[in-house]
Amino acid sequence: MDEKIIKGVKFGVLSPEEIRKMSVTAIITSDVYDEDGTPIEGSVMDPRLGVIEPGQRCPTCGNVMGSCPGHFGHIELVRPVIHIGFVKQIYDLLRATCRRCGRLKLTDDEIDRYVRIYSAIKGRWPSAAKRLIEYVKKMSIKAQECPHCGEKQFKIKLEKPYNFYEERKEGLVRLTPTDIRDRLEKIPDSDVELLGYDPKNSRPEWAILTALPVPPITIRPSIMIESGIRAEDDLTHKLVDIVRINERLKESIDAGAPQLIVEDLWDLLQYHVATYFDNEIPGLPTSKHRSGRPLRTLAQRLKGKEGRFRGNLSGKRVDFSARTVISPDPNISIDEVGVPEDVAKVLTVPERVTKWNIERLREYVINGPEKWPGANYVIKADGKRIDLRYVKDRKEFASTLTPGFVVERHLIDQDVVIFNRQPSLHRISMMAHRVKVLPGRTFRLNLLVCPPYNADFDGDEMNLHIPQTEEAIAEAKQLMIVHRNMLTPRYGGPIIGSAQDYISGAYLLTVKTTLVTEQELQTMLGVSDIPEESLAKVLEEPAILAPKRLYTGKQVVSLFLPSDFNFHGQANISSGARACKDEDCPHDSYIVIKNGKLLEGVFDKKALGNQQPESILHWLIREYSEDYGLWLMDNIFKAFIRYIEMHGLTMTLNDVTISSEASAKIAERVEQARSQVSELIERFNKGELEQIPGRTLEESLENYILDTLDKLRNDSGEIATSSLDPFNNVYVMARTGARGSVLNITQMAAMLGQQSVRGERISRGYYERTLPHFKRGDISAEARGFIYSSFRSGLNPIETFFHAAAGREGLVDTAVRTSQSGYMQRRLINALSDLRIEYDGTVRTLYGEVIQTFYGGDGVNPMLSAHGKTVDVDRIVERIVGSKR
Amino acid sequence: MRSSSKKIDPRVHSLVPKHEVLSIEEAYSVLKTLGIGPEQLPWIKASDPVIKAIGGKPGDIVRIIRKSPVIGETVIYRYVVSG
Repeated sequence: MDEKIIKGVKFGVLSPEEIRKMSVTAIITSDVYDEDGTPIEGSVMDPRLGVIEPGQRCPTCGNVMGSCPGHFGHIELVRPVIHIGFVKQIYDLLRATCRRCGRLKLTDDEIDRYVRIYSAIKGRWPSAAKRLIEYVKKMSIKAQECPHCGEKQFKIKLEKPYNFYEERKEGLVRLTPTDIRDRLEKIPDSDVELLGYDPKNSRPEWAILTALPVPPITIRPSIMIESGIRAEDDLTHKLVDIVRINERLKESIDAGAPQLIVEDLWDLLQYHVATYFDNEIPGLPTSKHRSGRPLRTLAQRLKGKEGRFRGNLSGKRVDFSARTVISPDPNISIDEVGVPEDVAKVLTVPERVTKWNIERLREYVINGPEKWPGANYVIKADGKRIDLRYVKDRKEFASTLTPGFVVERHLIDQDVVIFNRQPSLHRISMMAHRVKVLPGRTFRLNLLVCPPYNADFDGDEMNLHIPQTEEAIAEAKQLMIVHRNMLTPRYGGPIIGSAQDYISGAYLLTVKTTLVTEQELQTMLGVSDIPEESLAKVLEEPAILAPKRLYTGKQVVSLFLPSDFNFHGQANISSGARACKDEDCPHDSYIVIKNGKLLEGVFDKKALGNQQPESILHWLIREYSEDYGLWLMDNIFKAFIRYIEMHGLTMTLNDVTISSEASAKIAERVEQARSQVSELIERFNKGELEQIPGRTLEESLENYILDTLDKLRNDSGEIATSSLDPFNNVYVMARTGARGSVLNITQMAAMLGQQSVRGERISRGYYERTLPHFKRGDISAEARGFIYSSFRSGLNPIETFFHAAAGREGLVDTAVRTSQSGYMQRRLINALSDLRIEYDGTVRTLYGEVIQTFYGGDGVNPMLSAHGKTVDVDRIVERIVGSKR
Repeated sequence: MRSSSKKIDPRVHSLVPKHEVLSIEEAYSVLKTLGIGPEQLPWIKASDPVIKAIGGKPGDIVRIIRKSPVIGETVIYRYVVSG
């Protein structure tokens, strides 16, 4: 056979002749099976439409089940019906053409002109041509009288979904599909072309069906239920309905039944044909199955998330994948994933037998499918697939293994797999990991890789995919492996980094007061793999020699830093009273690293946290090799964890208990605010309140009250936090950014403050009051959701109610936001998915259309850039000179 | 509201980047370096206020010089279409 190349695809409307030509049989009977259950010829299950049972040969093409493509039949409709998909087009065509002569209602000159313009622009300006067509249509619809035959035109009315009427002088007259078809037939080909249709492939009258194609049985297979009863596909049901009504209509007409009955049947036929195409037409009752379930007809098969396009063509199910709950394991490397043995025994990797691996693969084959590490299948050199479950003597079979065979062996340590957590919002939602087979039933992952997946361990599940070819494995390993994706392409900063206890640990280790005994040092270094030369650097010389050899935490941390690393910058704890702008810092909140030695400052969220661009971690990952980044992640953070384990970190009620003097101060401040608010209200009532420009007096009052109350909470927080020990664990966690914020501490120790719904004080509920405990019109702080209590002291019932109201709003808008942003993301991805950067730096579509002449205007890959900048001069100077400009 | 009869030149506005119509030769060399036909450039309507102000006609190619704090100056091209 000649090879053909597809140049294009053309869509058109099937003509009745074509429908009959491609049909193998006319469907004439509504009975489907006879008494013994064989399909009747001439029914919708006619055997000539294709084979359905294995072993049978198709009476039409002679093929067996798998290779017979199926064949169309057709139904001769006794009366024509409208194709529901073309109602709009029919409506436009009826209005745009003359009711008598079928011509466009424009003069010959105009038509000539438009035809000339159309043929000139349609090749090069398809979108402009479309607009011209719309214009021609509009002009033609406008005309009241046909310039060709002089016929007066009537207004055509479309009554959804498919009834057409003409508003004649004598009243509304219904246009039957036959009438419509007659009119459409009269439109000459030249006019059809100017209306934007291709008359060769889609004549307008073909939008009115006189013959209906019956799709092959392969498209609508009947299924056997276990009781031996046959259940037909929804399409088959629908087709039977159509055939039945068609039969009845024919009988009625032949018997000369009254016009009314014929029309009723005709309408019914129209309804069935319409719902056969689309069962969700507005204005039509949905066609239902006997059980009351709506039928899934042609449009429903294609539409929506589970339809053919989104469900089967864009989305596919895969083999070689696994899903289970995830749990943390700080002891495995960041680019490893812990895989349960049960999973490892089911997922396989095909490995080709060579003379170098034959012994190992033999071992796997001998182990078989039950014992890990084994193998499940062997594919022989001739392509025959052997299932090892059914091989009696695997030892003997293993000896027949020769190079060229492929062994589908179990997953083993160091295999490269792709790990994924939904929603896959960015590319680092899927990364390659190396397998580590572990006991248990969950996937294990290092805590440091939680941020890119946005994973936690409250029951999250993740998916695992096994690349099956050498190319796929190599690609995953080179491009997708975790340590090559530590910097996010979103803004160029590190997305992987410490969180929570890692930060607390880093802080506690590097804080000035920390001194580490040699034994403690050994514990920490025991979990890290430090090159000997850097070990020698510090271990020789502890900061304190007598009475006991003690290292500072900063010395320990410096072991992990490259000896040419310089950094200056503020730490997270540098805020409020403990802020420092330069090295001269009594609070130890300004970090100075010179030649790889941490001289000053502490490590906290700003230094090593995840998603912290231009931090120490960022520069370490960016300026040294990827392997160093990986090594850093696997070692320094383990040391932090080991230290925090030795040190211990917890929180007690005392951490948020403030002194009685502080409570008194807060109470005093509360009284002050109370009086301020009541004064504001008083002034408002007297009309003395100053109005804020652009706001009503009421709004101004609300604003003043909100300001006052906001100040109250801030001041209370200030009083509370200043009375707390800055080194109590809760406060340490908040200051270092490990967990919680100063606001959280305020709410625990001092007061919750104003609760709000929709950004306003709570005012809903009863008539002019929030709860029946207040007088009508009471707009004091406590009546509108201000909470004076703290979490420590506990909330009274009214406060609890307000707190719950505000808390509920938070839950509602997270739910709303995720669905909205998810849909936005979907549209954005579909719009941009096929853009690519060409070798000349331009961003183009698949058709070569230029989107940008130089990617991003500067050609910079944000992942490799310094936080989006092409060059960060300040950082380069700092790196080289060792001090900041 | 500003009356519609009073024509404002959009080019004087500080946020409107500089637009200029390319000569045939320039346009040709731009398309040549990008290796594309004119309709593969992004389009801009002839009814666009700036295009009207600089007198661009359908078929012209317009150079737009934008200033950005990150990138500095960037040059992009637009193909004027009717509408």
